[in-house]
Amino acid sequence: MTHANDAGRRAAQEERLKTVWASPPGWRYWSAVNNTEVGRWYTVTAFVFFLFAGALALLMRVQLAVPDNSFLSPQLFNQVFTLHGTVMMFLFAVPIFEAVAILLLPTMLGARDLPFPRLSAFGYWCFFIGGVFVCGSIFFNAAPDGGWFMYPPLTTDTQLTGIGADIWLLGLSFIEVASIAAAVELIVGVLKCRPPGMRINTMPLYCWYVLIVGGMILFAFPPLIAGDILFELERMADWPFFDAARGGDPLLWQHLFWIFGHPEVYIIFLPSIALMAMIVPTFSRRPIIGYSWVVLAAVGTGFLSFGLWVHHMFTTGLPSISLGFFSAASEAVAIPTGVQIFVFVATMLAGRVIFSTPMLFAAGSLAIFVFGGLTGVMVAIAPFDWQAHDSYFVVAHLHYTLVGGMLFPLIAGAYYYAPLVTGKKLSDRLGRWVFWLMFSGFNIAFLPMHFTGLRGMPRRIFSYPSGLGWDWLNLISSVGAFIFAFGVLLVVWDFLFGLRKRAAIEGNPWNAGTLEWISPLPAPEYGFRSVPEVRSRYPLWDQPKLAREVGEGRWYLPDAEEGQRETLVTSVLDGEAEQCLRVPGNSFLPMICAALIGASFIGTAFHLYWFSLVIGLAGVGAIMVWLWRGTALIPDRQDSKDVGRGLRLPLYVSGHKSVGWWAMFITMFGDMTAFISLVFAYFYYWTISPVFPPPGPDGAPLGPGLLWPAIALLLLGGAWGGMLLARARNGADHANGLRWALILSAVLALGSAAAMLWAPWQAGLNPTEHAYTATVWVLLIWTALHLVLGVLMQGYCLAGSLAGKLTARWDIDIHNVVLYWHFAALTGLTTIAVVALVPLVA
Amino acid sequence: MNVWLAFSSPRICRALGPWLPLILFAGCSGPQSALDPAGSEARIVGSLFWWMLGAAAVIWAAVMAIAAYAGRQRAQPWSDRKAGRFILICGALLPTILLAVLLVFGLRLMPALRAPGEALRIHVQGEQFWWRVSYEFPDGARIDSANEVRLPRGVRTEFVLTAQDVIHSFWIPPLGGKMDMIPGTTNRLVLEPTQSGRFRGACAEFCGTSHGLMNLEVAVLEPAAFDEWAQQRRTATAPPPHPGQALFLAHGCNACHTVQGTPARGRIGPDLTRLSERPSLAAGTLPNDAASIERFIRDPADIKPGARMPSFTHLPPSDSADIARWLEAL
Repeated sequence: MTHANDAGRRAAQEERLKTVWASPPGWRYWSAVNNTEVGRWYTVTAFVFFLFAGALALLMRVQLAVPDNSFLSPQLFNQVFTLHGTVMMFLFAVPIFEAVAILLLPTMLGARDLPFPRLSAFGYWCFFIGGVFVCGSIFFNAAPDGGWFMYPPLTTDTQLTGIGADIWLLGLSFIEVASIAAAVELIVGVLKCRPPGMRINTMPLYCWYVLIVGGMILFAFPPLIAGDILFELERMADWPFFDAARGGDPLLWQHLFWIFGHPEVYIIFLPSIALMAMIVPTFSRRPIIGYSWVVLAAVGTGFLSFGLWVHHMFTTGLPSISLGFFSAASEAVAIPTGVQIFVFVATMLAGRVIFSTPMLFAAGSLAIFVFGGLTGVMVAIAPFDWQAHDSYFVVAHLHYTLVGGMLFPLIAGAYYYAPLVTGKKLSDRLGRWVFWLMFSGFNIAFLPMHFTGLRGMPRRIFSYPSGLGWDWLNLISSVGAFIFAFGVLLVVWDFLFGLRKRAAIEGNPWNAGTLEWISPLPAPEYGFRSVPEVRSRYPLWDQPKLAREVGEGRWYLPDAEEGQRETLVTSVLDGEAEQCLRVPGNSFLPMICAALIGASFIGTAFHLYWFSLVIGLAGVGAIMVWLWRGTALIPDRQDSKDVGRGLRLPLYVSGHKSVGWWAMFITMFGDMTAFISLVFAYFYYWTISPVFPPPGPDGAPLGPGLLWPAIALLLLGGAWGGMLLARARNGADHANGLRWALILSAVLALGSAAAMLWAPWQAGLNPTEHAYTATVWVLLIWTALHLVLGVLMQGYCLAGSLAGKLTARWDIDIHNVVLYWHFAALTGLTTIAVVALVPLVA
Repeated sequence: MNVWLAFSSPRICRALGPWLPLILFAGCSGPQSALDPAGSEARIVGSLFWWMLGAAAVIWAAVMAIAAYAGRQRAQPWSDRKAGRFILICGALLPTILLAVLLVFGLRLMPALRAPGEALRIHVQGEQFWWRVSYEFPDGARIDSANEVRLPRGVRTEFVLTAQDVIHSFWIPPLGGKMDMIPGTTNRLVLEPTQSGRFRGACAEFCGTSHGLMNLEVAVLEPAAFDEWAQQRRTATAPPPHPGQALFLAHGCNACHTVQGTPARGRIGPDLTRLSERPSLAAGTLPNDAASIERFIRDPADIKPGARMPSFTHLPPSDSADIARWLEAL
């Protein structure tokens, strides 16, 4: 083959890759699902929410600048601080992690896209719709005004808090669903979409952090979702979960909220540290020291973060023994956090550091975060927290940790990764201005607040009289806030206008060692010209020829002959190539599904229940269409493909090798966590009630009885057995057997669900009477809904079988649905055991 | 008592003042300052804070110095072995030791701070947006009041803290830490004032629209003065005759308010007995004078948005002025 021929062939390959991965032109652009597009929208949207919440903060600082100010009414001030916290936490800090991860992860993993691009797009549109809904409420004077942790009974009282609380609960629940979707996507991405040869212990540290944080989201958000369900049921249907007069307890919400809320802090902090773990080695010009230290420490931080939630509740009157335990756990989490910081310092000590703007922000982050960590160690000591809690000291502390631990690393990351995304560098000269404005402004604003707080200023007060020693401190804080804001605006200006004037750069601008810098800048939509085999943690440093080979398309998947979007799937631990995965392309379906489901949530907030039901069902229908047309795709001509270098990979795998199985498995872990949170509520009531369950009119303990729960359990067992039978029949290529087993299982499941709901109904349990009866109902409804969802999946499989989409060879769906049914059966067994047996035992 | 507690925090505050311009600027004093302690808990926690702050400053400076050193160009970078040892010692061992010491130190304070109270017990219930106060004496006698607590100096007084409507939090920074008031729960907090004088407390948990206007007057009296005052209050006497009293009853104020020695026995709003004793009105919102009382009667929501009291704009101005003058003189 001649040289010219060869070059021509390569150019044609590249052209095909471009065409296959291109985003559509015109208005159809918004149907794009590729991670480069979705990641960009996600990042920009989250950053816009950050600016919005920042503007709210400035309003508060104007109000508090002088004593007895009337710039904001108390009503508006309460909405402003609630929305500031809510937006920063739920619409900026967590989503920006997901956004950046969606944008960067495939480039670090040598993947062309994440395994479920349409799920990313769905998550983005949920986030966008929910976020606009929550933020927009303030323009109608209807924003939530109960504080970002929404303590009942203030917020369960529909007289004291109007529609705002519903907007908070439903808008954020909707966004939490999107967060969990993104977490599933990212976890599967890290586990299954690495390049061949990249073992789990050679992947970039950023990927480790994504894996850990994804896992944390999966265990932290469901308790909040469970709490939201209880909360909304109390607001809308008067089920008294948090009403002390009817056996409920306001503290249950605090537990559920902070079981979410404290891991949340680390969910925010770890991804930013992950950016530092990429930046520091690059500018120290050496591999990170103590890779396994970082991984262990990050896992440790994530693990411990679930054991400290009570330190938000030190003043609720819990016994001293609990305070001691949670004080100790709160101190302990400082240790793995410290290890991660010292790993970075050690890497600098063992390297030759070059100064750069990202490193400047990293240094600023260190200064601020270490200070916030040290005040965190202080407030972890319960006696000191009794003074500091809910005062401006805590406001200062949390901003030091979040701005130092999250925002500064994020800005460092923005300077570092701007060339990858835009092809140009941000200005270093301006960067220095940005840094010093932000750094000095931040400290001027927040350092005095430690003293404002200890001089007695509680948080969340809309005004204060003079003469308490708070006047000057507050004025200084307000001035600092504006200096800080000016720094933020400057970096926005550089992104919007400054970048335009600068020349495009080429290659690896920081001389970094990791895979994301191998592509031309900005990274093309298809990601990699060809997917290399990676044997080292810093392939660009260790394999000098790699960049040229990848660029010339000498590695895997250099072409898209069939016009399909393809990426490689590898094994979880060793990164052995397992499959050439075809991912679905651009579609408006994710946006439509998000819009329908979102409208259903929004309708519920306005008590338009019929509208919500109808449009919600339409949403479920749309999701079915999406699944039917975009998942478990059966390859047309061949069932395996030569991906280059003589490596032949299957195009279709099922069971635990398939990405869909993993997604189901991970999703169901989150689902079980939410369920366990509801069970936790049940047992919580047991611990706080003198008599449990409460006696009914006849003096016997209230309960759903034994007969109907037992029938429900038997039927459920049958339904689960039916699913096992269905899978076995399908494996034996017996289509009729599969169909009848599915129908049998569905009938039994519906019977079981009906028996579950009939049990408390026939026993006359009134959910508005007592927190206990309400919890029994919630557990049974939750389980029954899971069975109905399972029946929906069985119907999907049945339709698939009839359409020839589900056969012994093409069996992804049945494996995933059986997996779902394992979890559903476990849920049912637990529910029945709890609601039927506890009244006997107690 | 630990040796380090011998350094009282105001002294540390004065010692630090010249060195740290910010602290000099800010000072530590104030009627609501935890750093200007007038109670044993606040003093212990204040000292704890200054010690922790000192240690934190040293640690912070050390980390910054190391980081600055690490950021400089060196002829010979550290070996991996040396850097690994550095992580082990500075990142893991030292913090573990320091935190363990701090934890033992901090937690050992708790039993003393949570020790039970002595004779006097004060029931305080958080309301939107005021404090219902009831003194319970060892002999079972009760005195009802609102928005002000009076304490004898040197006595460990137990507060029994409850709430009916929403969560509040009871906090008198110069005396000690806070404790939440949660519907359905009864919490206890013991405070021991060590200095007489007037102080200010606040609701620390967000409790609704006028959360910022829920403050508490605190008077610490010498024990003899406290006993004298309590004796006076326990022997209820009718207020001197005044046309305001009849108007107060005629306009139905007694449906919500109690004034001892009169037929006014309402329990919904704050007890107004001997209102003149209190330095402020409406939970630390207004000065306690006739003009402010009248303003509040006519339009409470204007001063305290979200307050439960209806407005009385329909009263003839002379009536509201008379009621205000009567209340001012109580």
